Amino acid sequence: MKHTISILVENHFGSFDRVATMFSGKGFNIRSISIGETEIEDISRMTIVTQGDAQLIDQVVKQLNRLIDTIKVVDLSHAPRVERELALIKVNISKGSMEEIKNLCDIFRGNIVDITNRSMTIEVTGPPDKVDAAVNVLAPFGIKEMARSGIVALQRGEQTKIKKKQNIT
Amino acid sequence: MKKENKLLSGADIFFECLKHEKVEYIFGYPGGSVLKLYEHLYDVDFLKHILVRHEQGAVHAAEGYAKASGKVGVVLVTSGPGATNTVTGIADAYMDSVPIVVFTGQVPSHLIGNDAFQEADIVGITRPITKHNFLVRDVKDLALTIRKAFFIASTGRPGPVVVDLPKDVIASNCEFEYPEDVDLRGYKPNYKGHSNQIKKAAEIISKAKKPLLYVGGGVIMSGGANELALFARENKLPVTMTLQGLGAFPGTDELSLGMLGMHGTYWANQAVNNCDVLVSLGARFDDRVTGKTDTFATGAYKIHVDIDPTCIDKNVVVDLPIVGDVKHILAEIASEMPRTPDTDDWLSQINEWRDECPLHYEDNDGRLRTEFVIEKISEKTKGNAVVITDVGQHQMWTAQYFKYNYPRSNITSGGLGTMGFSVPASIGASFAVKDRPIISISGDGGFQMNIQELITASYYKVPVKFFIINNNFLGMVRQWQELFHAEKYSFTDLSLSNPDFVKVGEAFNIESFSTDNPKDVDGLLEKAFSINDRPVLVEFKVVKEDMVFPMVPSGGSISDMIVKRLNPKRMI
Repeated sequence: MKHTISILVENHFGSFDRVATMFSGKGFNIRSISIGETEIEDISRMTIVTQGDAQLIDQVVKQLNRLIDTIKVVDLSHAPRVERELALIKVNISKGSMEEIKNLCDIFRGNIVDITNRSMTIEVTGPPDKVDAAVNVLAPFGIKEMARSGIVALQRGEQTKIKKKQNIT
Repeated sequence: MKKENKLLSGADIFFECLKHEKVEYIFGYPGGSVLKLYEHLYDVDFLKHILVRHEQGAVHAAEGYAKASGKVGVVLVTSGPGATNTVTGIADAYMDSVPIVVFTGQVPSHLIGNDAFQEADIVGITRPITKHNFLVRDVKDLALTIRKAFFIASTGRPGPVVVDLPKDVIASNCEFEYPEDVDLRGYKPNYKGHSNQIKKAAEIISKAKKPLLYVGGGVIMSGGANELALFARENKLPVTMTLQGLGAFPGTDELSLGMLGMHGTYWANQAVNNCDVLVSLGARFDDRVTGKTDTFATGAYKIHVDIDPTCIDKNVVVDLPIVGDVKHILAEIASEMPRTPDTDDWLSQINEWRDECPLHYEDNDGRLRTEFVIEKISEKTKGNAVVITDVGQHQMWTAQYFKYNYPRSNITSGGLGTMGFSVPASIGASFAVKDRPIISISGDGGFQMNIQELITASYYKVPVKFFIINNNFLGMVRQWQELFHAEKYSFTDLSLSNPDFVKVGEAFNIESFSTDNPKDVDGLLEKAFSINDRPVLVEFKVVKEDMVFPMVPSGGSISDMIVKRLNPKRMI
């Protein structure tokens, strides 16, 4: 089963590498990974999609918690959550196909962000299965290039508080 | 918070911090990137620097010191090769949860990443083998980083921490302010066990018919040996120990079953296989203990006490996990016990197993055997010594035959299995323990892996007894070759390539002896134990073809246990 794990890490040198090193060292697999800033200056949020049975995911979460630079680790898989992914998809176009692609793009509420005589770049945002569906319908036209952001996710409802600054007394 | 307003250099701050951390010894080796530190070290009088001959030796020495004392071992080495030479030692400390802080020099900040002379990305290299590591990028962060390093290394499940110190950081100045307390928001070890879980554990143990305590190194690290002895004796609970757990409970006690696992005793393994409640205390269900996990203690209700949550349900799924400090949890379980379990039948069953298949070795052919030597050492010291073993057959025989009386008296490389551990680790241990004999036991193979540290021993006149068990073979590998690799003794025969160990010892200015006669052993031990102001070396030339039994083959079940040589004719 796929699991979406949200990790708050210290936003400093090497934190990302520690998480990645742990995954590779322990032989855990990563389906997607994303990292970015949060509302707190010195904390970043990583969202990792991984796969495994309950015992393995339990280990993944524990091993993540064990890292000194991780502040909070939550397996969002069983929680109400919002998951989003962004994809940039560059497809071939021809006179005949352009209208059809534009329609498909509208269905997925995508944006056309670049266009040339021979290709069009579409931006699709949404839950990962929506992005998958968009990719599937665009594939027959010939996808020249694609970039997917990996999933970012947040738990629905009230946010859990994080201590803002490291206390040194 | 203390505040001292004058400007100090990074090097001054470094030593000020070590003073605050009450560091007594640094094991180190100088080099270009740490020259500034060594310049200051010249005038430092509150600690002693022990000059090793190879950086790996420094780390093992720090490990030996840390394991014998319970304090943090400290290493100081230079950048590049100095730093990379520490890697094996750091990995060893990581596997066996030894609290050490390794300070590595680094090239000046502006050269990092430039393939500068003696540059190595030691923070990157050691990331998977440290509990945590730091690159200090600004002298202002130095004091807090050192504080954090000692805090992380010594709390929770202990482990190695690397602090990388660029040359310019050490040379810059700033105000010094020692952070008394440290609070890391991502690191909060949990010491107190869950009280309901503790109550439940007491309830279950008290009802058990066939309970067994499975004790690991965690009990020793937490200082819980007394609590363990009280708990086990009061409730008549048999105790089996892992390699790292030996010493947590007296080996001479009738409740002690000795070691379990691959080379554990027959009765300990039978007890594991047949117990109805297995209480794991500070142990991690390592593959050398469990063999095939599907068949490990299948009938037992499993209680697992450990400070590291990742150890729980990692290899074997347990019924009742308790995360916390094993010393406190043991005391609490003991106080919560509603009644003492009735274990008389169980203990007599275990004794039947004990009689059925005792530890045994050939002793009537007049040839010298390791088991005999170890028994003699155990008798001679009454188990009251610090024994530092290397890796291989002699290590397993020591685990089987040496009756450890006290915690922190068994120091060995368990998790990583690092040959070359014993010689430097025993030197480190000798600085921590002054009132008991320090015994280093190595095979002829491992002894040569850090042989250069003999001069460290000799120069500092450490009272280490270096015992070499020489069978002119890489014995454990030979054993596997005989049992599982078609008797192809590929590159394990050292009989034509071993040095003369007595001459080696003498070259390092160490009084050295050798024998292959069992009759000489008492006399030589007498001699060795009479030398207490300097090292002494004794080579025991033992038979080469002996194997360590019992043995549960790798990945096998207890039922696959081999208790004696399958085909006694098959000897080389």
